[in-house]
Parts: sequence; C-alpha cells; structure tokens
Amino acid sequence: LLELTKEEEAALKGESGETLQLAYRILAATGEATDAERLIPIEWAHVSGVNYNTIGDAGEEFLSKLSEDAIVKVKTTVNPMGYDIDSVSKYNLDENFIKKQESIRESYVKMGVTPSFSCIPYEIFDLPKSNTQVSFAETNAAIYVNSIGHLKTNKESAFSALASALTGKSPYSDLRKDLDSPNLTIQMKLENPNELELGMLGYFAGKVADSSVRISGVNKMDRRSCKSLCGGMGTSGRCGKFILDNDNKDSEKIDFDKEEMKNVYDELNTTDTSDLITLGSPQLGLEELSDLASMIKGKSFQKRCMVFCPRAIQNQARNLGYTGELKRAGCEILTDCCTCLTPLIDKKNVDGVTTNSIKGAYYLKNSNGVDVNLKSLSKIIHEETK
Amino acid sequence: MTLKIIVKGKAKGKIMKSNNPINFLGAVDKKTGIIRDATHDMYQKSLKDIILVFPHGIGSSVGAYTIYSLKSNGSAPAAMICTKSDLSVASGCALADIPLVIVTQDHFDSLKDGEEIIIDTDAEKIL
Repeated sequence: LLELTKEEEAALKGESGETLQLAYRILAATGEATDAERLIPIEWAHVSGVNYNTIGDAGEEFLSKLSEDAIVKVKTTVNPMGYDIDSVSKYNLDENFIKKQESIRESYVKMGVTPSFSCIPYEIFDLPKSNTQVSFAETNAAIYVNSIGHLKTNKESAFSALASALTGKSPYSDLRKDLDSPNLTIQMKLENPNELELGMLGYFAGKVADSSVRISGVNKMDRRSCKSLCGGMGTSGRCGKFILDNDNKDSEKIDFDKEEMKNVYDELNTTDTSDLITLGSPQLGLEELSDLASMIKGKSFQKRCMVFCPRAIQNQARNLGYTGELKRAGCEILTDCCTCLTPLIDKKNVDGVTTNSIKGAYYLKNSNGVDVNLKSLSKIIHEETK
Repeated sequence: MTLKIIVKGKAKGKIMKSNNPINFLGAVDKKTGIIRDATHDMYQKSLKDIILVFPHGIGSSVGAYTIYSLKSNGSAPAAMICTKSDLSVASGCALADIPLVIVTQDHFDSLKDGEEIIIDTDAEKIL
C-alpha cells in the first residue's frame, strides 16, 4: 500500500490548496496502480497534452483554470502543439483552433515550463547522469530515455507527468526500480532492417510485451531506426523499455519474422497512393536533417513533403545550411508540431499520406482519418523525388 | 474475490466487455465516446454510461485527457474494470472521478458482456 509522508497526506486532503490536492490525487492513483510504497523525487518532467487537437475544450479549460495558481517545481519540458505559428497562416486553419491552442500554450508558459514543444526532448537537452529519476509522458521519449539514455521513468501519462511537474515527485514503482529483467524476448529474424522495419518491430513488441521487453537479433541501430522503434512500441502497448541482448535463455521467446511484419504492415498500410509525404513522428533531429539534406542533393520532391523538427533544431540546421537545401527540394519545414494529430493534415484536403513513421501511420489513420502509404526513407527518396 | 481499487466510487450499469486493450487517444472519439478504430472489436459502440471491462489501456499518454474529456462531455463510462493498470487509464479516471478497479484474470473472465452490475469500492464488491 502506498504510504505518504505527513505533508503529502495533508496535501492530498487539500490543506496545501486545490492544485496540489489534484496533483496528489493523481499520484495516489498511479501509485496504487503500480503497487508503489512511496513517492520519490524526480528531476525532470516531460509533459504531453499540448496539442488542442488531442485535449480538446475540456483539456484547454482544465489547463486554463489550473494555471491560475499552479507552478512547476522541477524542470518541465512540453510536447508539440498543433502547428508552427510562423507558417500557420498558410494552412487555412480555423480561428477557433488557433485561439484555443494559444490559450493552451499560455497556460503552460504561465506554469513555468520550458516551451520546447518537442517529442524528442532527449535530442535537444543534455541528459542528466545515469539512473536519474525523471517523469516522461511522451511514449517514444519515455522508452528512449529508459532504453538508450539510462534514465528512469515509468511510461507516464499526460496527467501523471503533470502531477510530477507540480510536486517534483512520482511513485517509486515498476521501471523506476527496474529490478526484474524482462520476461519476454522478441527474436528479430530480419537481417539489416531499415527504420520502417524496426518501427514495425516496435509496434509488434508493444502488443505482446508487458512493461519491458528484451530484443535479440538487433545489434546496432542508428538514431533514426532507434526513434522509429521507440515510436512504434509506444503506440501499440504499455511497454516502456527495451533491452538489446542476444542472451535470452531465461525468458519466453517470440519471433518477429516476415509473416509478423506483414501483419503489421497490412494493419497500418491502407493505400498505395498519396498526395503528401510526412517525415517526423518522432520529430527529426539534427543528424536526420543532415542526412536528409545530403540524400536529396540535386533532387526535388514530386509532391508536398512536410518535415517536422523542434524549433531549437531548426535554428541549428539553418546555420548549417540544411534547411536551405530542404526548402530548395520542396520541403515544408515545420517546428513546434508533429505528424501525430496535427490539424494541418486533414481528410478534407488530403487523401493519402506517405510516411516512414509507424507511430504517425497509426494516428493518421485513426485520428486524422487519412489513408497511409508506408515506405522507408530511402524508398521515399528513390520513388518520390526526381 | 480480490479487487484492487485505483479510483474509489459507486456505479451501476451494463457491462460492455472487450478482450482487446484500448488506445484512448487513437481509438475513442473524445466528444461522443464512440470507438472509431475500425480494427477494434468495439468499433462504433459507445462508452457512455456503461461499465467498461477491458484488459488495460495502451499507447498514447494523452489518452488520460481523452478520459477526462469523455467525462466533461457526458459520454464517459460509469466505471472501468481492468486486469492490468496503465498510467493513462489510472490518472484519467482519477481526475475524471470514474471508479476504476483491477481484478484477477479469473474474475475478469467471469464478467459477462451485457450483464447489469453494481460496483461499490467502499464495500470492495462487484455485484
């Protein structure tokens, strides 16, 4: 049973105000849910629930009221919102959306967050030392920092990460303890997989794994592939961590082979044609923009291509000449937002989207209601540029 | 009968049961409470006022806001029963004040779709 300190107990009863009462109510529920015995300090919270398309009027009103007296206690970064304010006027977005999105942005800023509007905080901020306890909501980021960044977080929700931001605490449970080794190993049977195939592996693993999973047969991944795997895994399950390890003698094993991959592909690929390409979900980092700029040298996209990246990365990429090259090739570069649930991609004016993102594919299909054509980046460059 | 109570409360309603997990952000319309994921076995059904029985939540962390929105829009389930807890469902239910309990797999298996039940977490009972 979760045991709270006297101060925490008092705050839960409302003696420290409504904001903290609400935060402790959330932590008490997530603490019970994960069998935590106590709360522990965390050093960094990454909060989701920023895009008006995802949280709606109820979310906007909730944050507006909360921000009247709530202030974050620890470093808090935030997920992407719905659009890039610099280019939103070109996309015919209705005024109500912009009004509500601005209100959400203001509420977060008022609470003292760092306005990062990025789903890849691990690429734009220095990571603290190994084993530091953090509280990350964005699923790809939670999986990434647990698996690659050597930090500790559960696969937090928008509210549990927000509660951690407001209190500086989180229940000590599950992946934060990380005492157990995963009871399941996914055996990757495909050789030299590209980022799309690793995204599908992640999506498959998320479906069958519990809170953590071992993956054998994958020895090295570049950053693009690794982010793709994290994004896919976060979308389909409750799994918050993977370990690459070929020694799997003590666990149950499941193969990820051509047939399993085809099942994932057939679930998410709904069309062979498209009128738009999107790159990002997760947003692209500097390495990926650099790669893309060199891949498209001397070529141009034959249809619209949206490229999503954090604002901080765009600034660096501009200085290095990458954004100039991408724009020349016809890319629309967008910051502060991402493929997932952006209102800039709407079934009213887009029938099909080509992407290499498994996470993007799932939400494009289910939330934006557009068809998806899955291709790896190299195939996109080969087939969609001249 | 062992219940783990995550969010307290009382509720009465008809069970709507699925053996498939739910990604609330992707699969549920936050205004109407209707399942919009064509691959889910609850496709086109409404979550409003039912006792939602499903294994656990999956996917997006923002699913917690979907649950909160359902409550604000009057289209939320009266209660939820899962076999495993995930933080989106736990925190969404906590903020929306939707009773949430975790039951054993055997207990889960005994709950029948369409059955009328009462949940009372103070009495630690499902009737």
